Amino acid sequence: MEREALQAAVCQLGSAVRVLDENADRAAVVVEAAALPEIIRQLRDQPEFAFAQLLDHVAVDWVDRGQFELVYHLYSFKHKHFLFLSVFVPRDDPRVPTVCRIHPVAEWQEREVYDLFGVLYEDHPDLRRLFLEDDWEGFPLRKDYQDDFMLDRPK
Amino acid sequence: MTVEVSSLRELVEHASGTDQSPDTQEYFVNMGPQHPSTHGVLRLVLKLDGEKVLRCIPVLGYIHRSIEKISEHMNYMNCVHLTDRMDYLSSIMNNWAVAKAVEEAAGIEVNERIQSIRTIFAELERIQSHQLWWGVLGMDLGAFTPFLYGIRDREVLNDVMEETIGARLTMNFILPGGLMNDIHPNFVNRVKEFIAYFRPKLDEYDDLLTNNVIIQERLRNVGVLSAKKAVQYGATGPVLRGSGVAFDLRKDHPYGVYDQVDFDVPVGTIGDSWDRYWVRIEEMRQSLKIVEQLLDNIPPGDYLVKKLNSKIKIPEGRYYSQLETARGILGVFITSDKQENPYRLHYRSPNFNNLWCLEPMIKGDYIASLIGAMSSLDLVIPDIDR
Repeated sequence: MEREALQAAVCQLGSAVRVLDENADRAAVVVEAAALPEIIRQLRDQPEFAFAQLLDHVAVDWVDRGQFELVYHLYSFKHKHFLFLSVFVPRDDPRVPTVCRIHPVAEWQEREVYDLFGVLYEDHPDLRRLFLEDDWEGFPLRKDYQDDFMLDRPK
Repeated sequence: MTVEVSSLRELVEHASGTDQSPDTQEYFVNMGPQHPSTHGVLRLVLKLDGEKVLRCIPVLGYIHRSIEKISEHMNYMNCVHLTDRMDYLSSIMNNWAVAKAVEEAAGIEVNERIQSIRTIFAELERIQSHQLWWGVLGMDLGAFTPFLYGIRDREVLNDVMEETIGARLTMNFILPGGLMNDIHPNFVNRVKEFIAYFRPKLDEYDDLLTNNVIIQERLRNVGVLSAKKAVQYGATGPVLRGSGVAFDLRKDHPYGVYDQVDFDVPVGTIGDSWDRYWVRIEEMRQSLKIVEQLLDNIPPGDYLVKKLNSKIKIPEGRYYSQLETARGILGVFITSDKQENPYRLHYRSPNFNNLWCLEPMIKGDYIASLIGAMSSLDLVIPDIDR
């Protein structure tokens, strides 16, 4: 499907989905955190979408807006189309339901985001640090992170 | 809903000591971080019952350098030079991935010559990477000769690339907007010599390992990964193709000059270690074929786009670009806020996602099979940790 058609079709899935109103180079939608697992499941199972693989999961720290943006990159081998699915969560209480029951690879992708951004994934079977030690303090990829060893300090 | 964060210690303590039967006891073994067959600092915590693997928990972070955080303080030209420290066997392809992402986002057009040279180098590096993998796979399974053969042939190719690039491992060659320098005048002839040298050697590889009954016994029906699981667990590249999914970015979303060359995508059938082995051996042949087609008609032109400002600024927004390295899809996700350095730069590394196929692949099998299965995944640890 073409980009606009795909966005429109995905938005038909429910009132929790809307088109991302910022610039992106491919189809992009925003989903409310509570509806996330259901939407991802429908995107995987409905034959017109067939988003079989969760290619990647990225977090972006929008510190000025007080939000984390969690981007799920979905890819369909059948239709060869690609979707950015974003969830915005508040920075002071970042919580989102896990999608690892639908895409098992999310278990580790979400652990990476927890490790570096401190986003809490509800109902995650094994939420642990991934790269850093278990007793590490703070979440290094946040824009306001500081420690004694940093060469480039946030301004 | 409360969210509980656990630790590795809790996980291991919770999982052990549940079995009280007198004849058998489940126990944990640490494999790595300094283990020869993990090819780097990967640590696996194995839960074993006798010799059977019940759980395989990868523990990462021994070579984490936080390339993504460092990149936030650099401009796009500088970010490129960190990428060849990720998957050091696909360094040129990693450079290309960032260059491609920046070019697409900033709207920089590069000429046919640049694209053609990039494609040739990417394919040469794919061969070089698979040569090392082949040698190391032999060594992991107890045969030392393949390692010497693989390194010997890789040396020939390294010399050819060194002449143009000047480095042998962390090759920095591709920049946003072109190449660092033009190819060496000898390059075309030396690559031709290499192809003539390496074609018969590939048959030698077949005689030595591929048709070897011990290797077949060690790889066939070991570490089976079904197509469905491969997709669910995020596998890409030869791992995904070994499981029977004919997906290759070079064919399905062509970049560079892959749409102008003729090549096949080898695909496995049942997804065992043997299929992954065979796919890579076949890929070397296909790469030779691609290089051969391009070598004689490299278009004329400049090797760098003219008037390129080193401080490239990308319009605000989210950009994603991907290409096929020797191990799978390397994705580059750029979030820009109109500055000359990225607001957030994320790498979707192929090894990070391929690694998680190991547990479903090996559960219930013997620990000796784990070595073969892991070798067939062809992991590069710095790429997992980034």
